[in-house]
Formats: sequence, C-alpha cells, structure tokens
Amino acid sequence: MSHRSQDLVQATPRGLYCPPGDFFIDPWRPVERAVITHAHADHARRGHGRYLAAGVGERVLRARLGEISLQCVGYGEAVTINGVRVSLHPAGHVLGSAQVRIDHGGEVWVVSGDYKVEPDATCTAFEPVRAHAFVTESTFGLPVYRWSSGAVLFEEVSRWWRGNAAAGRASVVYAYAFGKAQRILAGVDSSIGPIVCHGAVEALNRAYRDSGVLLPPTLLASHVADRAVLSRALVVAPPSAQGSPWLRRFGEYSDAFASGWMQLRGARRRRAVDRGFVLSDHADWPGLVQAIRESAATRVFVTHGYVPVMVRWLQEQGWDAQPMESEYGGEQDDGAETSDTPETITPGAAQD
Amino acid sequence: MRAFAALYAALDATTATRGKLAALREYFSSAEDADAAWALYFLAGARPRQVVPTRVLRELAREASGVPEWLFEESYQAVGDLAETIAHLLPEPGAGSDAPLARWIEQRLLPLRGAPEAELRERLRAAWRELDTLGRFVWNKLITGGFRVGVSRALVTRAIAEAAGLDPQAVAERLMGEWQPSASHYRALLAPAGGEARLGRPYPFFLAHPLQQPLESLGPVAHWHAEWKWDGIRGQLVCRGGAVFLWTRGEELVTERFPEIAALGAVLPPGTVMDGEILAWRDGAPLPFAVLQQRIGRKQLGPKVLAQAPVALVAYDLLEADGEDLRPRPFHERRARLEALVMQAGQPALVLSPVVTGHSWDALIALREGSRARGVEGLMLKRRESAYGAGRVKLGPGGEWWKWKIDPLSVDAVLVYAQRGHGRRASLYTDYTFAVWNDGVLVPFAKAYSGLSDAEIQQVDAFIRANTLEKFGPVRSVRAQLVMELGFEGIQRSARHKSGVAVRFPRMLRIRADKPATEADSLAHLHQLLHSGDPAP
Repeated sequence: MSHRSQDLVQATPRGLYCPPGDFFIDPWRPVERAVITHAHADHARRGHGRYLAAGVGERVLRARLGEISLQCVGYGEAVTINGVRVSLHPAGHVLGSAQVRIDHGGEVWVVSGDYKVEPDATCTAFEPVRAHAFVTESTFGLPVYRWSSGAVLFEEVSRWWRGNAAAGRASVVYAYAFGKAQRILAGVDSSIGPIVCHGAVEALNRAYRDSGVLLPPTLLASHVADRAVLSRALVVAPPSAQGSPWLRRFGEYSDAFASGWMQLRGARRRRAVDRGFVLSDHADWPGLVQAIRESAATRVFVTHGYVPVMVRWLQEQGWDAQPMESEYGGEQDDGAETSDTPETITPGAAQD
Repeated sequence: MRAFAALYAALDATTATRGKLAALREYFSSAEDADAAWALYFLAGARPRQVVPTRVLRELAREASGVPEWLFEESYQAVGDLAETIAHLLPEPGAGSDAPLARWIEQRLLPLRGAPEAELRERLRAAWRELDTLGRFVWNKLITGGFRVGVSRALVTRAIAEAAGLDPQAVAERLMGEWQPSASHYRALLAPAGGEARLGRPYPFFLAHPLQQPLESLGPVAHWHAEWKWDGIRGQLVCRGGAVFLWTRGEELVTERFPEIAALGAVLPPGTVMDGEILAWRDGAPLPFAVLQQRIGRKQLGPKVLAQAPVALVAYDLLEADGEDLRPRPFHERRARLEALVMQAGQPALVLSPVVTGHSWDALIALREGSRARGVEGLMLKRRESAYGAGRVKLGPGGEWWKWKIDPLSVDAVLVYAQRGHGRRASLYTDYTFAVWNDGVLVPFAKAYSGLSDAEIQQVDAFIRANTLEKFGPVRSVRAQLVMELGFEGIQRSARHKSGVAVRFPRMLRIRADKPATEADSLAHLHQLLHSGDPAP
C-alpha cells in the first residue's frame, strides 16, 4: 500500500518539506517558512523568512542567528499552519531541541531532528511522541555504539580531573561549545577545582544561564592571571582549540576529547589526546531503537548517519523503512560530531 | 586480569613515553611474579599462536550478541578490529575478574588450544560472561593472537629494571634468547647481576639511525668506517661450548634454516659471537632478496633449494671472542679481530663485509650512488671509536652508527582500489592499490599503506568516498584520477603478478595533485627500472 501521495514530509532540494502546511523543517536553503528543531548550525541557518522554534531555546537560537523573525512556542503547544497542526516536543538533544509533530487530518508525522533518550541536566528529557511515520537520525546507527550512563561517565571525567589537579596540571577537555560543553559543566564534580572556559563556550554558558539552566561558576581564561589557579583547573574548550597557542597559558596539561566517536579505539587514537570520553548528545543504537519503537510508527524515514544500515535492520524487523535524503552533517566517521562542527557562525555561511 | 586490562588501557590512552613508563613501573612493582612474567611476555611482543579459530569466534560472538551476520560485518568494518568489535557487541558486561593474569592464561586461555569445538564455545561464553567490556577486549586480543600495544620492548625492559632497581642493559640481555613466561624465569630476570649461564643467549642488537643531517655534522671522514648496507636478514652467530645458535634481529632462532652458516660452529673457536647479515650469496656478490626469500619459512631444505639459493653470513662485527665480551671496545679494534678470525676460518659461508674506502665525504657520496648496481641499500657509517651499544641509542654528539640509504626508485601511479585500515586507522581508507598504464589500460602493480601524514590520509579518504565506483566488501574501486609518487627499494620480475613485476617496500612519497592520471607512468617505465635494479655481473 503506497502512501506517497499523502506524505506529510518530503525531501526536497531546499530541505524537508511539508506540502499541505507549505513549510520546511530545518531547511538548508533559504525558504519562506522554517520550523527549527534546534540551534546547531546544520539545522538552524540564516536567511529564512520566518522561524518557528521551541521557546526554551530562544536565547541560544538568537545568540547564534542574530536578528530573525522568530515565533516561539512552548513544548506541546500547537499552532496551525495552513490547516496543519504543528507542535514541538522535547528531543533531549540540547537546550531547546524539539521533535516536530505534524498532524494533518489525523495523519501524524514526527520529525525528530537530533535526539538522545538518556537524561541530561541541561535540557528537557526526550518525550516519545506517537506517530504514523517517524523521521529519525542515525548518527550512531551501529550496534557498537552503546553509551554508559551519564553518572558513570562524569565520574570518570571527575576522576581524571582530580588526578591531574593533584599532579599540578590542567585538565583540558575539548567539547562542542553548544550543548556538550554545558553538559560537562553540569555533570562534573565542581568541588575539585576552578573551571575555566574558552570564550566560545562562555558565550553559550551565558545563553544557558539566562534560560534558567543551572551551571557551576566558570571563569574566562583571559581573566585568570594566577598560574596556580590554571594548573588545577578543568578547562572546557571547543575542539578547534586543540594544538592552538591559546593553550599555552595553561603550562603543563592533560587533554581529552568528549564525543560519541570516542567509543572506538581507532577514533580515539586518531584524535591524539590523552583521554577520550564517550559522551554524545545523540542517541546510541539502543536509544535509536527505543525511540523508534516508542513512536509506534509503522513507517520510518532515516536521515543522516548510518542510513543504509539502519534502514536494512528496520526492514528486517518488519518496519516500512526507507532513507530520506538530507544535508544534515556529512560523512559520519571522520571523527567530527557533524551537527556541531561549525564553531562560529559567519553570515551567509550556509553550505551551498 | 583487571590489573592487566587497566595497564593495557593506560598504555593505550597515552602517547607520552613518560606516562607509559609510569604505568608500566606501577604494574610491575605490584604484580605477582607469575603475572608479571606473562605481562612481560605479551608486552614485549611475543604472540602465542591464535588459540581460537576466527570463524568460531565470529559465530559465537554473533550468537551471543544477537546481531545478524551482515550487521556484524558492518560493525567490524567501522571498528576495524575484530576483538574490539566483539567487545562492543556482546550484551551486558560482567563484573570483571580479579583473578590473576597467570591463572587466566594458564587455566583459561592455553587449554583452549585444540579443545573440541563444543568445549571451546562453552569456555569462551563463560569468559565473556565474567569480564567487563575492557576485559573482554583484552581477552579477545589475547585469544586471537593479536595483542599489541604501543610500547617498545626497550621501554618494558626499562620499566622492569627501574621497578626492581636493576641495570636495564642487564635485564635486556637476560631477556634475549629462550625465555619462558613463568614465575621462576621472572625471578631469574630480576636476580642480582653476575654468575649467569648464557650458553646460547645473543646480545641485544645495536641499531643504526637513518642519516638525515648533513654529512659535515659527522666531522672528519677519517673518524668513520664505511661499509655497504646489505639487503638481507640481520643475524647474530653465537658459538659457545661446542654449540651454535643463529639468531635474527627479531630474536628468532633460525640455526636449522641455514645449515651452511650453522656449520661454521665447528670451525670457529668456542666463545665467539658475530654480528652480520644473512644473505643469499654467490661468487662474491649478493643475490636479490627474493632469492633469500626462498629460504625463509622453509623447514625442509632439499638439495635443489640449497643449490639455487646458497647463503653466507657477511660478518661486520665481533661481539665476543674467547668468551670475552668485546662490546665496550672501540669498533676498529673489534673489526681488526674480526678480520683475523674470518681469514683464519677460511670458509665460503663466512664473508667479511668489505670496508668501503673513501678519503672524503664526496668520494663516499659517489660510491653510494653505485649502490643499486651492487645490490645493496646504501652505506653504513660507524664511528671508529664506537662501542657496541644496545638497541637504537644515540651516544655522544652526532650518533655512533648511521644508515645512509639511497633514495628509493619511484614511479607516478594511479590510485585504483582502496581498503579501510585497522587499529588507529580503522574506518579511514588507508590501504591503497596503485596501477600504471599499459596500452591504455591501468594495470595494478603495488599496494601501499605508509608514507602519508594523517592530514593527507584524511584528504585521500575524502577523495575515495567521493569517487567510489564500486564496493566489494571492504574494498572500493575508485575513479582513476589521483596520482601519487610511489617509492620502493627494489624491483623484480614476477610471474605471480599480473604486471609481471614485484616491488619491494612500496610506500607513498607524495600526492601528485598536479598530475592528471593520463600522465602517470607506464608499465614499460617499470620494466626499464628492472634493469637498473639488476646487480652488477
């Protein structure tokens, strides 16, 4: 049985498109009307006419996109666009991230954007939304990707920091400035020592704090003159800081990279850091499967990541699954967490 | 097992030598002798044969993880390492095991060898149930014979010596030769110096550094002894107490493989140890390495092989004479005694590595140019006053021994196939097949894995992904566009290769982004090189 004529979301050259509602979701080319799942650069771009996004993410979105015509809604609050009911539901990915629920005459589709199902102190937890069709990411869509719980992981980070502090060297952790960095701040044992942030991270910390997220006190590296403070500090910096002169001020340090890719030894070694912490704001394999199951959808569309693997596995398990073309992220195993890659926003930097 | 797995993780996590040394010291100062013996065995690079067939391991891992075969393969392709793939795919990790390493090896690993398949499966499942994820990974590495971690033997030796307060040199020597991973051997290793029997034990090989600095930095040419750098197998001939032992640099005992050299034991005085090169040798000149290869790995030596591929030990140093350790003496003195000894022996299978005489650096430069025609790799420079050290150590300013190899032969070839790498390079396309033109068709002739920087590998990887024509399992065929300059040490005719030639040590010298594929070299060009590679008659 074919549903093609009624498909509520279609892949088009400009982005994922909802024909009856005449709007796009996270479009990659300029469009009149865009519904944004979250503020990462490959999902939220400049140049659209009107934006719709979850209110909790407003400050982050504005911090990244500047002056835009933005309509904010609360999670679960429905708006009607050209007769289509649209509501946003927590995706658990980063602050303000949302799944887009589209209801047209009782046919319900959910576009999940990027998501994770495990709890995160810096954003609202993922909420399963029932749908006829579910559009899922597949960044870590291989069964070798399974995360340990946040508690175990942050204990590991804290232990590493404590050991370094005792030895009088700084602990530099590279993490994406938006989302991952704040999650680390909220997760570590902040009684170990001072926490110093790179400017790119601190800008997002401000947006998080303004949005009501509780983060431990942080210092800007440029404001700390005392070397003794730096030598005991946890330093949170974007990956681009690795190997840069900015690190010189810390003297001796141990470094670490926080990413889901760190699960694999090869990726860890390629990064050439002392430690790899397996921390992702994407769902692991069990998380992806759980979210798909809980959506109760019979049709599943798979975007960016291990698309063919996920599609084949879902088909074998009895789902009506197929790939959906998108320009989110890129090749997935290059060691970069693609949704986060651009660290700074330059006007007109849309990837076309 | 937990402590050993943690040591593995610590060594794997850091790239700093200091950090590795600290982790090793900590492990060896607290480990029981029997565990330390096994840890040393594995860390020093010994690889017990694979105890579980890969097929059984894969099947069992698939069953245990409930993953279909194709998904297991996809996972393996992404991870690039079977032991690690399995560790990630197995269901809920166990609590881990505090049982000693020696017990894990002796009671759980060794009995797997040759066990009936049903028992093998039960034992493996039990081990996996018990171990945590890291333990499973290390265990899988051990049972597949693929255990490797980035530490040198010298570093392990140093850590053990430091933990026990001994001279690293003495520990290194005791480690040479036959050594068993047992508590008693380990205790003997750490015994106070002196009074030890060393019948067949070789000395650690002294290694040369590649010469990269200008010759002038070495000082006057008269301070140096020059000889050819042979393209054979480095060997040490130990004659003591009426017995003879031939060791390779890889510390393999190969006495039986080279009866011509072993026969020297009957001629040389007891208490003689020589360092030299095992070479296929006829009429006073080396034969190509391919000829020596016929002798390697062959246990049965028929008269035909012995006649086709005769070998000799081309001696270049004397480490022990009349039972006296000569290593601290200056090179020129050892050399003079070596010359007298070789002369006296008068054996065709014992050849003195000739002195290459050049009265100026320019003269040596000119002689080195002729290396390829002589079938050698270049020159060795040894400081006349140098002692015989251990391993690759730089002693004094400018070093003591240098290898000064000739520039490799090179061709511009087109990348046609690519395969993913393993370990650190897993999930990147790093293993390449190259082709040259022949009548308008590209003929593959060499595979190369090394020579590119990490950044270049990323670049080529991206090119491959964007220009894939077909996928065959882990291999991709690639649009013929990317040209690279390949270097290699030698070239031989080969009936086994489609191209008709086999190259030795191929590696990538640089990416020729400036060159279109149509301008890559031809098979005819390779055939011309064949002749330049022929040794002089």
